[in-house]
Amino acid sequence: MEKPSDLLLDIQHLHTGFRLKGKFYDAVDDVSLTLRKNEILAIVGESGSGKSTLASSIIGLYDQKNTRVRGDILFNELNLVGLNESLFNRIRGKEIGMIFQDPLAALNPLMRIGAQIEETLYYHTKLNEKERKTRVLELLDQVGIPDPVRISRQYPHELSGGMRQRVIIAIAIADKPSILLADEPTTALDVTIQAQILDLLKDIQDETSAGIILITHDLGVVSETADRVAVMYAGQIVEVAPVDELFTNPLHPYTRSLLESMPQTDVDDEELHVIEGTVPSLDKMMTDGCRFAPRIPWIDATSHEEEPILHEVSPGHEVRCTCYRDFYFKN
Amino acid sequence: MSLIQIKDLKIHYPIRSGFFNRVTDHVRAVDGINFEIEEGETYGLIGESGSGKSTTGKAIVGLEDATSGQIIYKGHDITKASERRKLKYNRDVQMIFQDSMSSLNPKKRIFDIIAEPIRNFESLSKEEEKKRVQELLDIVGMPSDALYKYPHEFSGGQRQRIGVARAVATKPKLIIADEPVSALDLSVQAQVLNFMKKIQKEYNISYLFISHDLGVVRHMCENLAIMHRGRLVEVGTREDIYHNPQHIYTKRLLAAIPKIDPKNREEHKAHRQAVEKEFLENQDKWYKNGRVYPLQQIGKSHFVALPQDKLEGGR
Repeated sequence: MEKPSDLLLDIQHLHTGFRLKGKFYDAVDDVSLTLRKNEILAIVGESGSGKSTLASSIIGLYDQKNTRVRGDILFNELNLVGLNESLFNRIRGKEIGMIFQDPLAALNPLMRIGAQIEETLYYHTKLNEKERKTRVLELLDQVGIPDPVRISRQYPHELSGGMRQRVIIAIAIADKPSILLADEPTTALDVTIQAQILDLLKDIQDETSAGIILITHDLGVVSETADRVAVMYAGQIVEVAPVDELFTNPLHPYTRSLLESMPQTDVDDEELHVIEGTVPSLDKMMTDGCRFAPRIPWIDATSHEEEPILHEVSPGHEVRCTCYRDFYFKN
Repeated sequence: MSLIQIKDLKIHYPIRSGFFNRVTDHVRAVDGINFEIEEGETYGLIGESGSGKSTTGKAIVGLEDATSGQIIYKGHDITKASERRKLKYNRDVQMIFQDSMSSLNPKKRIFDIIAEPIRNFESLSKEEEKKRVQELLDIVGMPSDALYKYPHEFSGGQRQRIGVARAVATKPKLIIADEPVSALDLSVQAQVLNFMKKIQKEYNISYLFISHDLGVVRHMCENLAIMHRGRLVEVGTREDIYHNPQHIYTKRLLAAIPKIDPKNREEHKAHRQAVEKEFLENQDKWYKNGRVYPLQQIGKSHFVALPQDKLEGGR
């Protein structure tokens, strides 16, 4: 095992519930995960799987009144769950950088690019104005923006989508955080730009040895960038594995079904695999038994565990429930 | 003869500036493209944002006026609205949009949404109309209790299937599908694509499949065209484009698709960066003052936008 000092984030039995008509429903249900230095951990899932809720729980960006968070998120022995706002403000941005899906919505349209990057330096560092300005140009250069002096005087609407996302990354890494949280960072971008942004994230990691949590629905992106992958379904982690292992030996029926439903090469006459049924909505989520069972009804009920837990099948590779042993595709 | 032919289609938008707000220049959104779609085939039109692919689609359904060029449908040029009316063109050509939430009227029930095109073009009795709508819902695999619900009561995939049902309601010959699955999850995307194929076989429909996703296009389309800067850079069969790409832009797009092959990650990256370098550094070789060259035939079905003298050297 790694040295314990490599551990950046230790999430233990995290439950995040939302209030719906007076009752709390867990959108994230008993998630335990770790993030180490120099690691890209991908969290994959479809909409409604709870992957973004997990991210907002980590950085404490949720509606305090209608959200209930239980469990532990340990960051350097500090528990982020229930942390008060003023302490959290010191961590957000400084220790944990965020990269959002829509760069236009994440940038202030009325502020020049340079000023937006400088803002985070102003709050989190002791640099004086001149040092801040120099650092802004350094950062813009680091994220591969040509002519930093000119760009720093422009407004977000003057930049292309890829450039804006680079600016967001510059803001996220401005205070050299040890953790970067990227929520669908390339979903709004063209494939060629996506490739550039993913390369940039990797380069930044090489330089800063930050740990990156990459939240995505795109298995291709995972395969190209991640070191370790957690697959989420209906609020739970159903499979965790190193990236090679996950793609060569996927075990959980959900993981296998997802990979199967990707359009394969050149065979156009064949029907694509479709997963039966739909992801249940939050208030109709079953609370016991295997949550994927209703989507694979042809698998015998006795194959599922009553209380599905994660089973370690090889070092670092865990699968929830026992149904994977008996799973086969219907056709 | 092909179902529809696009001939030298141009769509330019004026740029106005100066004191008198005069037209000083044009944005050449679509700048002279040619292609044709056969009956019952799925033709892929691929490009990145800003390439002009959606504008082309809109011009074909008549939502956008062509600056010049022709769109020939069954031997008639339909770039004029009067001609479209005469041919019942608007009934034969339908559209599926990317965002199903904003393309379905939130105040209407599913029944009325799907019945609307039928009411526009056919006079059916109440019972017949209901039967037709029910059939259509069946085809896209929706339960019949969906009839009296509203769009917000459905998931994204279900809404997109409703959009498909509405598009086939008038038994069209051609459907323009503008990024029909790019807002959907993987498993739902598979479902919608399957239904699109099934309907195509049943009604012998042609699709113009507009997308930026080369994986999906590869699954759906036999013939495809790659669009860049308002022009076509490469046209060919799936085989031509994916196994023998000639233009640097096509190569660049192909290299950028993430591959499910984590073991050879570094090689992909090296290949991708080599292509990117060639694209950035040798613009003059592939483009004429930033403009895409006219297409040249280089195989039975394969066309590439390169000048004759650069074809041999380019290989």
